[in-house]
Amino acid sequence: MDSKNLYQEVILDHNKKPRNWGKLADASHQAEGLNPLCGDHIWLSLKLDGDRVGSIAFEGESCAICKASSSMMTTNVKGKSIDEAEQLIREFRDMATGKLDTGSQPNHLGRLSVFAGVRDLPSRVKCAILPWHTLHAALNSEATISTEGDRDPVATADS
Amino acid sequence: MTSSRSVLQAVQPTGALDVERIRADFPILKLKVNGKPLVYLDNAASSQMPQQVIDRLVRYQTAEHANIHRGVHYLSETATAAYEGARAKIQRFINAKEAREVIFTRGTTNSLNLVMHGYGRAFIGAGDEIVVSQLEHHSNIVPWQMLCEERGAKLRMIPCNDAGELLFDDYRKLFNSHTKFVAIAHVSNALGTIVPVKEMIAVAHQRGVPVLVDGAQAVPHMKVDVQDLDCDFYAFSAHKMCGPTGIGILYGKAALLEKMKPFEGGGDMILSVTFEKTTYNVIPHKFEAGTPPIAAGIGLGATIDYLESVGMDRIAAHEHDLITYATDAFRQLNDVRIVGTARDKAGVLSFTVKGVHPHDVGTILNEEGVAVRTGHHCAQPVMQRFGIPATARASFYLYNTLSEVDALVAGIHRVQKIFG
Repeated sequence: MDSKNLYQEVILDHNKKPRNWGKLADASHQAEGLNPLCGDHIWLSLKLDGDRVGSIAFEGESCAICKASSSMMTTNVKGKSIDEAEQLIREFRDMATGKLDTGSQPNHLGRLSVFAGVRDLPSRVKCAILPWHTLHAALNSEATISTEGDRDPVATADS
Repeated sequence: MTSSRSVLQAVQPTGALDVERIRADFPILKLKVNGKPLVYLDNAASSQMPQQVIDRLVRYQTAEHANIHRGVHYLSETATAAYEGARAKIQRFINAKEAREVIFTRGTTNSLNLVMHGYGRAFIGAGDEIVVSQLEHHSNIVPWQMLCEERGAKLRMIPCNDAGELLFDDYRKLFNSHTKFVAIAHVSNALGTIVPVKEMIAVAHQRGVPVLVDGAQAVPHMKVDVQDLDCDFYAFSAHKMCGPTGIGILYGKAALLEKMKPFEGGGDMILSVTFEKTTYNVIPHKFEAGTPPIAAGIGLGATIDYLESVGMDRIAAHEHDLITYATDAFRQLNDVRIVGTARDKAGVLSFTVKGVHPHDVGTILNEEGVAVRTGHHCAQPVMQRFGIPATARASFYLYNTLSEVDALVAGIHRVQKIFG
Protein backbone atom coordinates (compact mmCIF):
# COMPACT_ATOMS: atom_id res chain seq x y z
CA MET A 1 0.00 0.00 0.00
CA ASP A 2 1.20 3.41 -0.89
CA SER A 3 0.20 5.97 1.72
CA LYS A 4 0.27 8.54 -1.06
CA ASN A 5 -2.93 6.79 -2.11
CA LEU A 6 -4.32 6.55 1.39
CA TYR A 7 -3.83 10.21 2.27
CA GLN A 8 -5.87 11.44 -0.66
CA GLU A 9 -7.17 14.98 -0.91
CA VAL A 10 -10.68 14.01 0.17
CA ILE A 11 -9.39 12.32 3.34
CA LEU A 12 -7.10 15.24 4.17
CA ASP A 13 -9.97 17.64 3.59
CA HIS A 14 -12.36 15.81 5.91
CA ASN A 15 -9.57 15.59 8.50
CA LYS A 16 -9.00 19.31 8.35
CA LYS A 17 -12.65 20.30 8.17
CA PRO A 18 -14.66 17.48 9.70
CA ARG A 19 -18.36 17.63 8.79
CA ASN A 20 -21.09 17.19 11.42
CA TRP A 21 -18.61 17.88 14.22
CA GLY A 22 -20.07 18.15 17.70
CA LYS A 23 -22.75 16.61 19.84
CA LEU A 24 -26.52 16.50 19.31
CA ALA A 25 -28.43 17.96 22.25
CA ASP A 26 -31.52 15.92 21.36
CA ALA A 27 -29.86 12.64 20.38
CA SER A 28 -31.99 9.51 20.47
CA HIS A 29 -28.95 7.21 20.17
CA GLN A 30 -25.30 7.62 21.10
CA ALA A 31 -22.16 5.57 21.57
CA GLU A 32 -18.49 5.98 22.41
CA GLY A 33 -15.79 4.30 20.33
CA LEU A 34 -12.30 3.60 21.60
CA ASN A 35 -9.21 2.21 19.93
CA PRO A 36 -6.92 1.67 22.94
CA LEU A 37 -3.87 0.76 20.85
CA CYS A 38 -3.55 4.13 19.17
CA GLY A 39 -5.82 6.27 21.33
CA ASP A 40 -8.54 7.02 18.79
CA HIS A 41 -11.54 8.07 20.85
CA ILE A 42 -14.82 9.30 19.38
CA TRP A 43 -18.33 10.08 20.56
CA LEU A 44 -21.19 9.63 18.15
CA SER A 45 -24.72 10.93 18.62
CA LEU A 46 -27.65 10.64 16.25
CA LYS A 47 -31.36 11.30 16.14
CA LEU A 48 -33.67 8.93 14.34
CA ASP A 49 -36.51 10.36 12.33
CA GLY A 50 -38.82 7.38 12.01
CA ASP A 51 -36.49 4.63 10.83
CA ARG A 52 -34.14 7.10 9.16
CA VAL A 53 -31.05 8.86 10.46
CA GLY A 54 -32.38 12.39 10.81
CA SER A 55 -29.27 14.03 12.20
CA ILE A 56 -25.87 12.75 13.26
CA ALA A 57 -22.74 14.27 14.81
CA PHE A 58 -19.38 13.14 16.13
CA GLU A 59 -16.47 14.54 18.09
CA GLY A 60 -13.34 13.21 19.70
CA GLU A 61 -9.60 12.85 19.38
CA SER A 62 -8.18 10.70 16.66
CA CYS A 63 -5.80 10.25 13.77
CA ALA A 64 -6.62 11.61 10.32
CA ILE A 65 -7.88 8.27 9.03
CA CYS A 66 -10.36 7.87 11.87
CA LYS A 67 -11.50 11.46 11.75
CA ALA A 68 -12.00 11.50 7.98
CA SER A 69 -13.77 8.15 8.11
CA SER A 70 -16.09 9.49 10.83
CA SER A 71 -16.78 12.68 8.94
CA MET A 72 -17.50 10.94 5.65
CA MET A 73 -19.63 8.37 7.44
CA THR A 74 -21.87 11.06 8.91
CA THR A 75 -22.43 12.72 5.53
CA ASN A 76 -23.15 9.33 3.96
CA VAL A 77 -25.62 7.91 6.45
CA LYS A 78 -27.63 11.07 7.06
CA GLY A 79 -31.10 10.48 5.65
CA LYS A 80 -30.50 6.75 5.21
CA SER A 81 -32.69 4.08 6.80
CA ILE A 82 -31.30 1.92 9.60
CA ASP A 83 -31.13 -1.05 7.21
CA GLU A 84 -29.24 0.99 4.62
CA ALA A 85 -26.85 2.27 7.29
CA GLU A 86 -26.20 -1.27 8.54
CA GLN A 87 -25.52 -2.37 4.98
CA LEU A 88 -22.96 0.42 4.58
CA ILE A 89 -21.36 -0.62 7.87
CA ARG A 90 -20.97 -4.19 6.61
CA GLU A 91 -19.65 -3.11 3.24
CA PHE A 92 -17.18 -0.63 4.74
CA ARG A 93 -15.86 -3.27 7.13
CA ASP A 94 -15.53 -5.81 4.33
CA MET A 95 -13.70 -3.28 2.16
CA ALA A 96 -11.28 -2.31 4.94
CA THR A 97 -10.52 -5.92 5.78
CA GLY A 98 -10.01 -6.88 2.15
CA LYS A 99 -13.14 -9.02 1.73
CA LEU A 100 -14.84 -6.64 -0.64
CA ASP A 101 -13.14 -5.32 -3.75
CA THR A 102 -14.99 -2.11 -4.51
CA GLY A 103 -13.61 -2.09 -8.04
CA SER A 104 -15.13 -5.40 -9.09
CA GLN A 105 -17.96 -6.19 -6.65
CA PRO A 106 -21.28 -4.35 -6.33
CA ASN A 107 -21.53 -2.04 -3.34
CA HIS A 108 -23.00 1.20 -2.09
CA LEU A 109 -19.81 2.80 -0.80
CA GLY A 110 -19.26 5.40 -3.51
CA ARG A 111 -16.56 7.87 -2.46
CA LEU A 112 -16.02 5.93 0.76
CA SER A 113 -13.91 3.59 -1.36
CA VAL A 114 -11.01 6.04 -0.87
CA PHE A 115 -10.43 4.09 2.34
CA ALA A 116 -9.85 0.81 0.47
CA GLY A 117 -6.08 1.31 0.85
CA VAL A 118 -6.13 0.61 4.60
CA ARG A 119 -6.53 -3.09 3.82
CA ASP A 120 -2.77 -3.16 3.22
CA LEU A 121 -2.01 -1.39 6.50
CA PRO A 122 -3.27 -3.81 9.17
CA SER A 123 -2.38 -1.44 12.00
CA ARG A 124 -4.59 1.26 10.48
CA VAL A 125 -7.66 -0.84 9.61
CA LYS A 126 -9.11 -0.28 13.06
CA CYS A 127 -8.71 3.51 12.74
CA ALA A 128 -10.91 3.51 9.63
CA ILE A 129 -13.47 1.05 10.96
CA LEU A 130 -13.91 2.54 14.44
CA PRO A 131 -16.62 5.09 13.56
CA TRP A 132 -18.61 2.47 11.66
CA HIS A 133 -18.62 0.08 14.60
CA THR A 134 -19.52 2.97 16.86
CA LEU A 135 -22.47 3.71 14.60
CA HIS A 136 -23.50 0.06 14.75
CA ALA A 137 -23.28 0.22 18.56
CA ALA A 138 -25.34 3.42 18.68
CA LEU A 139 -28.04 1.97 16.42
CA ASN A 140 -28.14 -1.13 18.62
CA SER A 141 -28.12 0.88 21.87
CA GLU A 142 -24.70 -0.28 23.05
CA ALA A 143 -22.95 2.44 24.99
CA THR A 144 -19.29 1.71 24.32
CA ILE A 145 -17.25 -0.26 21.85
CA SER A 146 -13.57 -0.99 21.93
CA THR A 147 -11.37 -2.38 19.20
CA GLU A 148 -9.52 -4.53 21.73
CA GLY A 149 -10.42 -7.60 23.74
CA ASP A 150 -13.60 -9.67 23.70
CA ARG A 151 -15.55 -6.84 22.20
CA ASP A 152 -13.20 -6.34 19.29
CA PRO A 153 -15.66 -6.04 16.43
CA VAL A 154 -12.97 -6.82 13.85
CA ALA A 155 -12.05 -10.05 15.60
CA THR A 156 -15.71 -10.96 15.85
CA ALA A 157 -16.19 -10.25 12.19
CA ASP A 158 -13.28 -12.51 11.29
CA SER A 159 -14.16 -15.41 13.55
CA MET B 1 25.37 10.06 -0.84
CA THR B 2 27.48 13.18 -1.35
CA SER B 3 25.15 15.32 0.71
CA SER B 4 25.09 12.92 3.63
CA ARG B 5 28.87 12.78 3.62
CA SER B 6 29.09 16.53 3.82
CA VAL B 7 26.63 16.48 6.70
CA LEU B 8 28.78 13.95 8.48
CA GLN B 9 31.78 16.21 8.11
CA ALA B 10 29.88 19.27 9.19
CA VAL B 11 28.86 17.78 12.53
CA GLN B 12 32.29 16.36 13.20
CA PRO B 13 31.10 13.31 15.07
CA THR B 14 33.47 11.74 17.53
CA GLY B 15 33.90 8.97 14.97
CA ALA B 16 33.36 6.52 17.77
CA LEU B 17 32.42 3.74 15.40
CA ASP B 18 33.09 2.53 11.90
CA VAL B 19 29.35 2.43 11.25
CA GLU B 20 29.56 1.08 7.72
CA ARG B 21 31.55 -1.90 8.94
CA ILE B 22 29.02 -2.52 11.69
CA ARG B 23 26.11 -2.21 9.26
CA ALA B 24 27.64 -4.95 7.14
CA ASP B 25 27.12 -7.32 10.09
CA PHE B 26 23.33 -6.80 10.03
CA PRO B 27 21.75 -8.49 6.99
CA ILE B 28 18.29 -7.01 7.65
CA LEU B 29 19.63 -3.48 7.13
CA LYS B 30 19.99 -4.24 3.42
CA LEU B 31 16.19 -4.46 3.09
CA LYS B 32 14.23 -2.05 0.99
CA VAL B 33 10.84 -0.95 2.35
CA ASN B 34 8.39 0.60 -0.11
CA GLY B 35 11.26 0.84 -2.55
CA LYS B 36 13.41 2.87 -0.13
CA PRO B 37 16.35 1.72 1.96
CA LEU B 38 15.15 0.63 5.38
CA VAL B 39 15.87 3.25 8.05
CA TYR B 40 15.32 1.33 11.24
CA LEU B 41 14.69 3.71 14.14
CA ASP B 42 12.57 1.50 16.39
CA ASN B 43 15.39 0.09 18.48
CA ALA B 44 13.82 0.89 21.84
CA ALA B 45 11.08 -1.57 20.93
CA SER B 46 13.37 -4.23 19.51
CA SER B 47 16.78 -4.18 17.86
CA GLN B 48 18.21 -6.12 14.91
CA MET B 49 20.52 -9.11 15.06
CA PRO B 50 24.06 -9.32 13.63
CA GLN B 51 25.11 -12.27 11.48
CA GLN B 52 27.47 -13.43 14.25
CA VAL B 53 24.51 -14.05 16.58
CA ILE B 54 22.36 -15.56 13.82
CA ASP B 55 25.25 -17.93 13.03
CA ARG B 56 25.53 -18.92 16.68
CA LEU B 57 21.82 -19.79 16.81
CA VAL B 58 22.15 -21.88 13.66
CA ARG B 59 25.28 -23.64 14.93
CA TYR B 60 23.55 -24.52 18.20
CA GLN B 61 20.46 -25.82 16.47
CA THR B 62 22.51 -27.65 13.87
CA ALA B 63 25.04 -29.43 16.05
CA GLU B 64 24.60 -28.80 19.79
CA HIS B 65 20.94 -29.09 20.74
CA ALA B 66 19.55 -31.26 23.50
CA ASN B 67 17.81 -30.47 26.75
CA ILE B 68 20.14 -29.00 29.34
CA HIS B 69 21.02 -30.15 32.87
CA ARG B 70 21.02 -33.73 34.15
CA GLY B 71 21.70 -35.28 30.74
CA VAL B 72 24.65 -37.66 30.64
CA HIS B 73 24.97 -37.79 26.87
CA TYR B 74 27.23 -35.73 24.66
CA LEU B 75 24.67 -33.30 23.25
CA SER B 76 23.10 -32.53 26.61
CA GLU B 77 26.51 -31.78 28.07
CA THR B 78 27.40 -29.60 25.08
CA ALA B 79 24.17 -27.65 25.33
CA THR B 80 24.50 -27.29 29.12
CA ALA B 81 28.06 -26.01 28.79
CA ALA B 82 27.02 -23.44 26.17
CA TYR B 83 23.98 -22.30 28.18
CA GLU B 84 25.89 -21.99 31.46
CA GLY B 85 28.74 -20.39 29.51
CA ALA B 86 26.28 -17.70 28.41
CA ARG B 87 25.31 -17.14 32.05
CA ALA B 88 28.98 -16.60 32.92
CA LYS B 89 29.32 -14.09 30.06
CA ILE B 90 26.30 -12.16 31.33
CA GLN B 91 27.71 -12.19 34.85
CA ARG B 92 30.93 -10.64 33.59
CA PHE B 93 29.11 -8.20 31.30
CA ILE B 94 27.08 -6.62 34.12
CA ASN B 95 29.80 -7.32 36.71
CA ALA B 96 27.66 -9.47 38.98
CA LYS B 97 29.63 -10.99 41.84
CA GLU B 98 28.55 -14.54 41.12
CA ALA B 99 26.99 -16.42 38.20
CA ARG B 100 24.20 -17.75 40.45
CA GLU B 101 22.95 -14.18 40.79
CA VAL B 102 22.06 -14.22 37.08
CA ILE B 103 18.63 -15.74 36.43
CA PHE B 104 17.41 -16.47 32.93
CA THR B 105 13.84 -15.25 32.35
CA ARG B 106 11.62 -14.70 29.32
CA GLY B 107 12.41 -10.99 29.27
CA THR B 108 12.29 -7.82 31.34
CA THR B 109 8.55 -8.04 32.01
CA ASN B 110 8.95 -11.60 33.21
CA SER B 111 11.90 -10.53 35.41
CA LEU B 112 9.87 -7.76 37.03
CA ASN B 113 6.97 -10.12 37.66
CA LEU B 114 9.36 -12.64 39.16
CA VAL B 115 10.46 -10.05 41.74
CA MET B 116 6.86 -9.08 42.43
CA HIS B 117 5.87 -12.71 43.08
CA GLY B 118 9.07 -13.97 44.68
CA TYR B 119 9.98 -10.93 46.78
CA GLY B 120 6.89 -8.73 46.87
CA ARG B 121 4.39 -11.38 47.88
CA ALA B 122 6.76 -12.67 50.53
CA PHE B 123 7.82 -9.39 52.12
CA ILE B 124 5.27 -6.66 51.33
CA GLY B 125 2.03 -6.47 53.27
CA ALA B 126 -0.91 -4.29 54.28
CA GLY B 127 -0.05 -0.63 54.76
CA ASP B 128 3.39 -0.99 53.17
CA GLU B 129 4.44 1.37 50.40
CA ILE B 130 6.12 0.73 47.06
CA VAL B 131 7.79 3.61 45.21
CA VAL B 132 7.86 3.78 41.39
CA SER B 133 8.50 6.73 39.07
CA GLN B 134 6.29 8.62 36.67
CA LEU B 135 8.57 7.48 33.85
CA GLU B 136 7.91 3.76 34.21
CA HIS B 137 6.90 1.42 31.44
CA HIS B 138 3.60 -0.29 32.27
CA SER B 139 5.52 -3.46 33.06
CA ASN B 140 7.08 -1.74 36.07
CA ILE B 141 3.75 -0.34 37.27
CA VAL B 142 1.10 -2.99 36.72
CA PRO B 143 2.75 -5.86 38.68
CA TRP B 144 3.11 -3.52 41.68
CA GLN B 145 -0.49 -2.39 41.36
CA MET B 146 -1.54 -6.03 41.35
CA LEU B 147 0.50 -6.62 44.49
CA CYS B 148 -0.92 -3.51 46.18
CA GLU B 149 -4.44 -4.64 45.39
CA GLU B 150 -3.78 -8.11 46.70
CA ARG B 151 -1.99 -7.05 49.87
CA GLY B 152 -3.54 -3.69 50.70
CA ALA B 153 -0.22 -1.94 50.05
CA LYS B 154 0.13 1.50 48.52
CA LEU B 155 1.87 2.64 45.34
CA ARG B 156 3.73 5.98 45.55
CA MET B 157 5.02 7.88 42.51
CA ILE B 158 8.16 9.96 41.96
CA PRO B 159 7.08 12.89 39.72
CA CYS B 160 9.15 14.33 36.87
CA ASN B 161 9.63 17.89 35.62
CA ASP B 162 8.76 19.29 32.18
CA ALA B 163 12.04 18.00 30.79
CA GLY B 164 11.23 14.46 31.92
CA GLU B 165 13.75 14.40 34.78
CA LEU B 166 12.75 12.84 38.09
CA LEU B 167 12.48 15.28 41.00
CA PHE B 168 15.07 14.08 43.45
CA ASP B 169 13.80 16.04 46.45
CA ASP B 170 10.30 14.69 45.92
CA TYR B 171 11.80 11.23 45.79
CA ARG B 172 13.53 11.72 49.15
CA LYS B 173 10.30 12.95 50.70
CA LEU B 174 8.37 9.84 49.64
CA PHE B 175 10.24 7.71 52.17
CA ASN B 176 8.63 6.92 55.50
CA SER B 177 8.48 3.98 57.88
CA HIS B 178 6.08 2.14 55.54
CA THR B 179 8.35 2.30 52.47
CA LYS B 180 9.34 -1.27 51.64
CA PHE B 181 10.45 -1.25 48.01
CA VAL B 182 11.62 0.98 45.16
CA ALA B 183 11.20 0.01 41.47
CA ILE B 184 12.65 2.43 38.89
CA ALA B 185 13.66 2.51 35.25
CA HIS B 186 17.33 3.19 34.46
CA VAL B 187 16.39 4.83 31.14
CA SER B 188 12.87 5.97 30.20
CA ASN B 189 11.65 4.09 27.12
CA ALA B 190 9.26 6.89 26.15
CA LEU B 191 11.54 9.91 26.67
CA GLY B 192 15.10 8.61 26.85
CA THR B 193 15.81 10.21 30.24
CA ILE B 194 18.80 8.61 31.94
CA VAL B 195 17.77 8.29 35.58
CA PRO B 196 20.47 8.75 38.27
CA VAL B 197 19.74 5.34 39.72
CA LYS B 198 23.02 5.04 41.62
CA GLU B 199 22.23 8.10 43.75
CA MET B 200 18.61 6.99 44.14
CA ILE B 201 19.69 3.53 45.29
CA ALA B 202 21.99 5.12 47.89
CA VAL B 203 19.05 7.15 49.25
CA ALA B 204 16.88 4.03 49.51
CA HIS B 205 19.64 1.99 51.12
CA GLN B 206 20.17 4.63 53.81
CA ARG B 207 16.65 3.68 54.84
CA GLY B 208 17.14 -0.04 54.38
CA VAL B 209 14.84 -0.22 51.34
CA PRO B 210 15.79 -2.55 48.45
CA VAL B 211 15.73 -1.26 44.87
CA LEU B 212 14.79 -2.95 41.60
CA VAL B 213 16.07 -1.31 38.41
CA ASP B 214 14.34 -1.86 35.06
CA GLY B 215 17.35 -1.73 32.77
CA ALA B 216 15.68 -2.76 29.51
CA GLN B 217 16.66 0.54 27.85
CA ALA B 218 20.05 0.87 29.56
CA VAL B 219 21.98 -2.39 29.19
CA PRO B 220 21.91 -2.30 25.36
CA HIS B 221 23.34 1.21 25.24
CA MET B 222 25.78 1.78 28.10
CA LYS B 223 28.11 0.01 30.46
CA VAL B 224 26.12 -1.24 33.45
CA ASP B 225 27.90 -2.43 36.59
CA VAL B 226 25.41 -3.85 39.07
CA GLN B 227 27.93 -3.89 41.92
CA ASP B 228 28.83 -0.26 41.35
CA LEU B 229 25.13 0.70 41.25
CA ASP B 230 24.59 -1.50 44.31
CA CYS B 231 21.08 -2.32 43.01
CA ASP B 232 19.31 -5.23 44.65
CA PHE B 233 17.64 -6.37 41.43
CA TYR B 234 18.30 -5.48 37.80
CA ALA B 235 16.19 -6.60 34.82
CA PHE B 236 16.78 -6.53 31.05
CA SER B 237 15.93 -8.26 27.75
CA ALA B 238 18.13 -9.74 25.05
CA HIS B 239 16.10 -8.58 22.06
CA LYS B 240 16.75 -4.90 22.71
CA MET B 241 20.52 -5.52 22.60
CA CYS B 242 20.81 -7.31 19.24
CA GLY B 243 19.88 -10.67 20.77
CA PRO B 244 16.94 -13.05 20.37
CA THR B 245 13.41 -12.55 21.71
CA GLY B 246 12.13 -14.79 24.48
CA ILE B 247 15.09 -14.45 26.81
CA GLY B 248 15.95 -11.91 29.45
CA ILE B 249 17.80 -11.60 32.71
CA LEU B 250 17.03 -10.90 36.30
CA TYR B 251 20.09 -10.07 38.36
CA GLY B 252 19.55 -10.25 42.10
CA LYS B 253 21.83 -10.14 45.11
CA ALA B 254 22.33 -13.73 46.25
CA ALA B 255 21.23 -13.02 49.83
CA LEU B 256 17.89 -11.66 48.60
CA LEU B 257 17.32 -14.35 45.99
CA GLU B 258 17.95 -17.04 48.58
CA LYS B 259 15.21 -15.83 50.89
CA MET B 260 12.69 -15.35 48.07
CA LYS B 261 9.93 -17.73 47.12
CA PRO B 262 9.98 -19.47 43.72
CA PHE B 263 7.85 -17.86 41.03
CA GLU B 264 6.89 -20.92 39.04
CA GLY B 265 6.95 -24.57 40.02
CA GLY B 266 8.13 -27.38 37.78
CA GLY B 267 11.16 -29.26 36.59
CA ASP B 268 14.69 -27.99 37.23
CA MET B 269 13.62 -25.76 40.14
CA ILE B 270 13.51 -28.61 42.67
CA LEU B 271 16.02 -30.73 44.58
CA SER B 272 13.56 -33.46 45.53
CA VAL B 273 9.85 -34.04 45.18
CA THR B 274 7.55 -36.32 47.15
CA PHE B 275 3.83 -35.89 47.58
CA GLU B 276 4.53 -34.83 51.16
CA LYS B 277 7.21 -32.24 50.51
CA THR B 278 9.20 -30.58 47.77
CA THR B 279 12.64 -29.13 48.42
CA TYR B 280 13.53 -26.26 46.12
CA ASN B 281 16.74 -26.11 44.18
CA VAL B 282 19.47 -23.57 44.88
CA ILE B 283 19.64 -20.25 43.03
CA PRO B 284 19.53 -19.53 40.15
CA HIS B 285 17.73 -22.80 39.33
CA LYS B 286 15.04 -22.20 41.96
CA PHE B 287 13.69 -19.55 39.59
CA GLU B 288 14.16 -21.44 36.33
CA ALA B 289 11.32 -23.94 36.14
CA GLY B 290 10.89 -25.90 32.93
CA THR B 291 12.94 -26.05 29.75
CA PRO B 292 14.16 -22.55 28.88
CA PRO B 293 14.68 -21.14 25.38
CA ILE B 294 18.15 -22.67 25.25
CA ALA B 295 19.11 -21.35 21.82
CA ALA B 296 18.05 -17.85 22.84
CA GLY B 297 20.12 -18.00 26.01
CA ILE B 298 23.19 -19.09 24.07
CA GLY B 299 22.36 -16.41 21.52
CA LEU B 300 22.41 -13.81 24.30
CA GLY B 301 25.91 -14.97 25.14
CA ALA B 302 26.97 -14.47 21.53
CA THR B 303 25.28 -11.05 21.57
CA ILE B 304 27.43 -9.99 24.51
CA ASP B 305 30.55 -11.18 22.64
CA TYR B 306 29.47 -9.00 19.72
CA LEU B 307 28.70 -5.87 21.77
CA GLU B 308 31.97 -6.24 23.69
CA SER B 309 33.91 -6.57 20.44
CA VAL B 310 32.48 -3.19 19.41
CA GLY B 311 32.81 -1.70 22.89
CA MET B 312 29.98 -0.37 25.04
CA ASP B 313 31.67 3.00 25.55
CA ARG B 314 32.01 3.47 21.80
CA ILE B 315 28.36 2.48 21.26
CA ALA B 316 27.28 5.03 23.89
CA ALA B 317 29.45 7.74 22.29
CA HIS B 318 28.05 6.99 18.83
CA GLU B 319 24.45 7.14 20.07
CA HIS B 320 25.25 10.41 21.81
CA ASP B 321 26.38 11.79 18.43
CA LEU B 322 23.11 10.62 16.86
CA ILE B 323 20.79 12.05 19.51
CA THR B 324 22.67 15.35 19.57
CA TYR B 325 22.51 15.66 15.79
CA ALA B 326 18.85 14.64 15.65
CA THR B 327 17.84 16.97 18.48
CA ASP B 328 19.54 19.92 16.75
CA ALA B 329 17.82 19.07 13.47
CA PHE B 330 14.41 18.71 15.12
CA ARG B 331 14.77 22.03 16.95
CA GLN B 332 14.98 23.70 13.54
CA LEU B 333 11.69 22.16 12.40
CA ASN B 334 8.58 24.30 12.69
CA ASP B 335 5.62 22.95 14.64
CA VAL B 336 7.52 19.95 15.95
CA ARG B 337 7.73 19.42 19.70
CA ILE B 338 10.39 17.25 21.27
CA VAL B 339 8.90 15.43 24.25
CA GLY B 340 11.59 14.69 26.82
CA THR B 341 14.49 17.12 26.99
CA ALA B 342 16.45 15.82 29.96
CA ARG B 343 20.08 16.92 30.17
CA ASP B 344 21.12 13.29 30.45
CA LYS B 345 19.47 11.45 27.58
CA ALA B 346 19.89 8.15 25.79
CA GLY B 347 19.29 7.78 22.02
CA VAL B 348 15.51 8.24 22.16
CA LEU B 349 13.73 11.09 20.38
CA SER B 350 10.02 11.33 21.18
CA PHE B 351 8.13 14.02 19.32
CA THR B 352 4.81 15.34 18.10
CA VAL B 353 4.00 17.19 14.89
CA LYS B 354 1.43 19.95 15.38
CA GLY B 355 -1.94 19.07 13.86
CA VAL B 356 -0.91 15.55 12.85
CA HIS B 357 -1.68 12.43 14.87
CA PRO B 358 1.45 10.33 15.57
CA HIS B 359 -0.07 7.34 13.75
CA ASP B 360 -0.38 9.37 10.58
CA VAL B 361 3.24 10.51 11.06
CA GLY B 362 4.29 6.87 11.40
CA THR B 363 2.37 5.70 8.34
CA ILE B 364 3.86 8.41 6.13
CA LEU B 365 7.40 7.82 7.46
CA ASN B 366 6.92 4.13 6.70
CA GLU B 367 6.21 5.09 3.13
CA GLU B 368 9.73 6.55 3.10
CA GLY B 369 11.17 3.34 4.54
CA VAL B 370 11.61 4.97 7.96
CA ALA B 371 10.51 2.77 10.88
CA VAL B 372 9.53 4.65 14.05
CA ARG B 373 7.15 3.70 16.83
CA THR B 374 3.96 5.64 17.44
CA GLY B 375 1.58 5.51 20.37
CA HIS B 376 1.85 5.70 24.14
CA HIS B 377 4.90 3.40 24.27
CA CYS B 378 3.33 1.43 27.14
CA ALA B 379 3.93 4.49 29.30
CA GLN B 380 0.53 6.16 29.55
CA PRO B 381 1.41 7.99 32.79
CA VAL B 382 4.24 9.71 30.88
CA MET B 383 1.81 10.76 28.14
CA GLN B 384 -0.62 12.06 30.77
CA ARG B 385 2.20 14.04 32.41
CA PHE B 386 2.83 15.83 29.11
CA GLY B 387 -0.85 16.15 28.22
CA ILE B 388 -0.66 14.19 24.98
CA PRO B 389 -2.28 10.92 23.88
CA ALA B 390 0.76 9.64 22.03
CA THR B 391 4.07 10.52 20.38
CA ALA B 392 6.16 9.33 17.49
CA ARG B 393 9.46 7.96 18.71
CA ALA B 394 12.76 7.47 16.90
CA SER B 395 15.26 5.40 18.85
CA PHE B 396 18.85 4.83 17.78
CA TYR B 397 21.39 2.05 18.00
CA LEU B 398 24.94 1.32 17.04
CA TYR B 399 24.17 0.75 13.35
CA ASN B 400 22.29 4.01 12.74
CA THR B 401 23.90 6.84 10.80
CA LEU B 402 23.60 10.60 10.61
CA SER B 403 22.27 10.29 7.07
CA GLU B 404 19.45 8.12 8.46
CA VAL B 405 18.60 11.01 10.77
CA ASP B 406 18.51 13.18 7.63
CA ALA B 407 16.03 10.69 6.09
CA LEU B 408 13.86 11.00 9.21
CA VAL B 409 13.91 14.79 9.00
CA ALA B 410 13.05 14.67 5.28
CA GLY B 411 10.15 12.37 6.18
CA ILE B 412 8.85 14.90 8.70
CA HIS B 413 9.00 17.57 5.99
CA ARG B 414 6.88 15.31 3.81
CA VAL B 415 4.37 14.74 6.63
CA GLN B 416 4.02 18.50 7.03
CA LYS B 417 3.66 18.98 3.30
CA ILE B 418 0.86 16.39 3.08
CA PHE B 419 -0.98 17.84 6.07
CA GLY B 420 -0.06 21.46 5.31
